[in-house]
Amino acid sequence: MDSLLKLLKKNARLSNSELGVMLGISEQEVAERIEKLENDGIIKGYNTVINEQAAADCGDLVTAYIELKVSPKAQSGFDEIARTVSQYDEVENVWLMSGGYDLGITIKGSNLMDISLFVAQRLAPLEGVLSTATHFVLKKYKDNGIDLSDKIIDERGLVSP
Amino acid sequence: MIDYSKIINKKTREMKPSGIRKFFDLAQTMENVIALGVGEPNFQTPWPIRRAAITALERGKTFYTANSGLYNLRQSISEYVIDYAKTEYSPDNEIIVTVGGSEAIDLSIRAIVEPGDEVLIVEPCFVCYRPIVELSGGIPVVVETKAENGFKLTAKALKEKITDKTKALILPFPNNPTGAIMTKEDLAPIAEVLRDTNIIVLSDEIYSELTYGRKHCSIVEFDGMRERTILINGFSKAFAMTGWRLGFLCAPKELVSQILKIHQYGIMSSPTVSQYAAIEALKNCRSDIDMMVDEYNMRRRFCVHGFNEIGLDCFEPEGAFYVFPCIKSTGLSSQEFCEKLLYTKNVAVVPGDAFGDCGEGFIRVSYAYSLEHLKKAIRKIGEFVREIKENG
Repeated sequence: MDSLLKLLKKNARLSNSELGVMLGISEQEVAERIEKLENDGIIKGYNTVINEQAAADCGDLVTAYIELKVSPKAQSGFDEIARTVSQYDEVENVWLMSGGYDLGITIKGSNLMDISLFVAQRLAPLEGVLSTATHFVLKKYKDNGIDLSDKIIDERGLVSP
Repeated sequence: MIDYSKIINKKTREMKPSGIRKFFDLAQTMENVIALGVGEPNFQTPWPIRRAAITALERGKTFYTANSGLYNLRQSISEYVIDYAKTEYSPDNEIIVTVGGSEAIDLSIRAIVEPGDEVLIVEPCFVCYRPIVELSGGIPVVVETKAENGFKLTAKALKEKITDKTKALILPFPNNPTGAIMTKEDLAPIAEVLRDTNIIVLSDEIYSELTYGRKHCSIVEFDGMRERTILINGFSKAFAMTGWRLGFLCAPKELVSQILKIHQYGIMSSPTVSQYAAIEALKNCRSDIDMMVDEYNMRRRFCVHGFNEIGLDCFEPEGAFYVFPCIKSTGLSSQEFCEKLLYTKNVAVVPGDAFGDCGEGFIRVSYAYSLEHLKKAIRKIGEFVREIKENG
């Protein structure tokens, strides 16, 4: 992966000047490269990884992973139903999967009922959806490459040769 | 009552505790210290390596190995050295797997130094060479490197210190604490000076994987140098395996057969589980090294820029994971700087003179830390420098 992308993927809050220093290029060049990555649709957005289990007030506490079996359309295959599902704000990820089902979806809600209703009322009735299987997330240990465990302690001494 | 002062031998008694130790004790008394002091990677050992160790344990690999190490590991080391130093050492009788690079240094010095022998030590450098030379009755002769030469060893400085008593040269590059490297062009004249002498080179290449912008060059690559060099390397820095205690030395068989005797009586064989892990490290972990080197490189640039920006001249190191900024502009000695910084800002760095007198006026800063940690620490050092310069 491009080293600029690598850095941003790990920490999107680094300033252009910090990025420039680390990559050995000018601040101006960083700005231009980021703009190009955005325009080319390579960078699609910037997120914050929140540990919902620790935050008292973060709204959506419940995450579910849903397996969807669907029947593909003759012309558009899986794209049409995938786009339809993607329209819902509750839906975070939509993936076309290999294996025993077709679409893998993650959704967020404030409680179990929210999600159950969403599946029963919004997803299941969609044309082309054959079946759904909902798995609730019990605990997150790692999210987007970030370890959510309490605190990482540096076990090394303060000073060593 | 037993008189302990008569128990300990004179050389041990006279051995000075390392300047780093003193500073460690000091830092230990404080709370919430932001440390920049460690000489080991912040990465955990790559998972495949840890996995290989677990598998070795599960399979009951808990016995001594051959004195010189598992044959498969020596074979892998041989291939590894051919790859990076373009020089062949036979896994049969030219390689010893040691307990860290440290044991390899200890063995080599003890095997060759006799009382009265002079050993050239390129300073600033890692802290262990001098005391071990002295323990063998050798006389450490310092060859100073200077900031204006990029802390490189020059043929001129080397020649000035060679006498007919010179037994060995310790060549520690990439260097801890300065981060300096010796390029092919830098080493050629050194090899030229040494080629027709009886001086043995101890080339401590423990940081050989951690170079930025160009590959490490080993002195053994030069004509006539293989026969007069003991090449020392290990797994601690490159593979983030400090706690596994595993290194190796490569040398002509005439030397190895002698050095091996000390290892055999003192150690028997290096830790078996670590040896199995090391085979995995050499076979399958190239991409992990590359990832770590990339990370270090970005932090290195960040630190060099950061220190220069807060008014501490920082030479751009091309190796290891240290920067070595000059603190002379503050008017403080290295020790004063580090103590005051620790007491007023809770930041721990290592005074340069802990690595030899010519390290005075510098501090060693390790960038084996997360970027966030480095940012915070450099900001605090910046405040400190500003306050010192304003208020004296």
